[in-house]
Amino acid sequence: MSNPRSPLPGVRLTMGITLLYLSLLVLIPLAGVFIKTTSLTWAQFWATVTTPRALASYRLTVWAAGIAAIINGVFGLLVAWVLVRYHFPGRRFVDAMVDLPFAMPTAVAGIALTAVYSGNGWIGQWLEPLGLKVAFTPLGVVTALTFIGLPFVVRTVQPVLQDLDAEVEEAAVSLGANRWQTFSRVILPSILPALLTGFALAFARALGEYGSVIFISGNLPMRTEITTLLIMTKLEQFDYAGATAIASVMLVASFALLLTINLLQGWTRRRQNQPA
Amino acid sequence: MLRSHPSREGRPVALTDSGPIRWALTIAALTFLTLFLFVPLAAVFSQAMEQGWRLYWAAITEPDALAAIKLTALTAIVVLPLNVLFGIAAAWAITRAEFRGKQALITLIDLPFAVSPVISGLIFVLLFGAQGFLGPWLAGHDLKIIFAIPGIWLATLFVTAPFVARELIPLMQEQGAEEELAAVGLGASGWQTFWRITLPKIKWGLLYGAILLNARAIGEFGAVSVVSGHVRGETNTAPLHVEILYNEYSFSAAFAVASVLAMLALVTLAAKSLVEWRSQRVA
Repeated sequence: MSNPRSPLPGVRLTMGITLLYLSLLVLIPLAGVFIKTTSLTWAQFWATVTTPRALASYRLTVWAAGIAAIINGVFGLLVAWVLVRYHFPGRRFVDAMVDLPFAMPTAVAGIALTAVYSGNGWIGQWLEPLGLKVAFTPLGVVTALTFIGLPFVVRTVQPVLQDLDAEVEEAAVSLGANRWQTFSRVILPSILPALLTGFALAFARALGEYGSVIFISGNLPMRTEITTLLIMTKLEQFDYAGATAIASVMLVASFALLLTINLLQGWTRRRQNQPA
Repeated sequence: MLRSHPSREGRPVALTDSGPIRWALTIAALTFLTLFLFVPLAAVFSQAMEQGWRLYWAAITEPDALAAIKLTALTAIVVLPLNVLFGIAAAWAITRAEFRGKQALITLIDLPFAVSPVISGLIFVLLFGAQGFLGPWLAGHDLKIIFAIPGIWLATLFVTAPFVARELIPLMQEQGAEEELAAVGLGASGWQTFWRITLPKIKWGLLYGAILLNARAIGEFGAVSVVSGHVRGETNTAPLHVEILYNEYSFSAAFAVASVLAMLALVTLAAKSLVEWRSQRVA
């Protein structure tokens, strides 16, 4: 990083505070994960992160986070569309409530979803006769991850939909496009970068989620145990090296996703700044 | 009940969805939100009240619950000012100076959001735990961070570090530095410039970030769970207390404490909407 240049005072001081704070609180502690991992030999590391139990947890975590992000992609777009394009009583209230998963503690969400979706719960009692068991199955994991990822797609798509130029749609209609053609050929391509960004944000958040899932999942090894819970279990057994090895796998995956999201956000910004 | 969106130019008929489609899409969207948001929220309060007011009151006023709520409040009081100051400092350095590696620094500030809460706790156990890098030194000096309150503060500081900075950076970038430059040119000191020029311009963004920071500091579960040690009445925060009660099958008591946290979440959403509304009026 080059020396900061500015005609304003305080830049050196604030830059110093920022770098010191980030180093002590974020960088050094995170580096500890990789340093601790090197206390294992490569063979030990590989054996730890590829046990059948660990592999089952990755499969469940990636699968459930993916399904939840797809659900949020479809319904998040729908909610954003309805909030931007239609007026109905209570619209502002609904708009504000979309952020509930950001404001509500994950443990509260976890026990609430478990109560609602268990066999005798308000919604679970109607699903069970249909053969759909949600609580204490992989479906429960999907349900919790859908809840915590819900605001991301709505909040990334909403502003883009709001700024969409009506003239482009008018042009499509005047050229003879019907409503569906206008949506799929004109509107969807312009909101696609935002939609994908929201999808990736929801997916990334879901991969690392812990609090909302552990109540509803049942936590059976090999079946309903997510990777963060496996890390927690190893910590409780004082297997710090094992927990850290699996954590380092997760960290690498998270950083790769962060990079993807940054690229997607750059794409969204360039799209938005293009003259329509 | 449904009206078409009155857009800036009054959207032409050809650009609005037909009545039945509007109805169908609105009902589908509201059904989705009902199943995943509204029913679970209602369930918190319904389950909390299941055994009546007296047991509800007893559950949230028993000593362990009160100690947990106090620790959660104390954590927010410690974490909030530190991360607000960090957010302001980071936003000032990034938006008021030119330097290489700016984008990398912004990504670094966002990093805690990409890290799983469980790992956010684990990193402090690796540093300060009994088997950690600094564990023997801490033990020698009779200091305890992990399974004690300082660990809870550290983990919460980590997970909430980006909130204020990520609100302020785009805002201050958009506003530019011309007014600050003019003030300094007229002989104002750095502090005067900040208090009289910058702070009034960023106050709504700052408040917005602080509200979200506060909500996360109160509600953080995974990271705190790793470092807390779960000692009732001592190192138990309110969300951890909910978990303990729930795992002991004291469901009504668990939901009673949970309902206090859910009410705080609703207050957060109301405050957030109010700030959004105010800042839009100012802009």
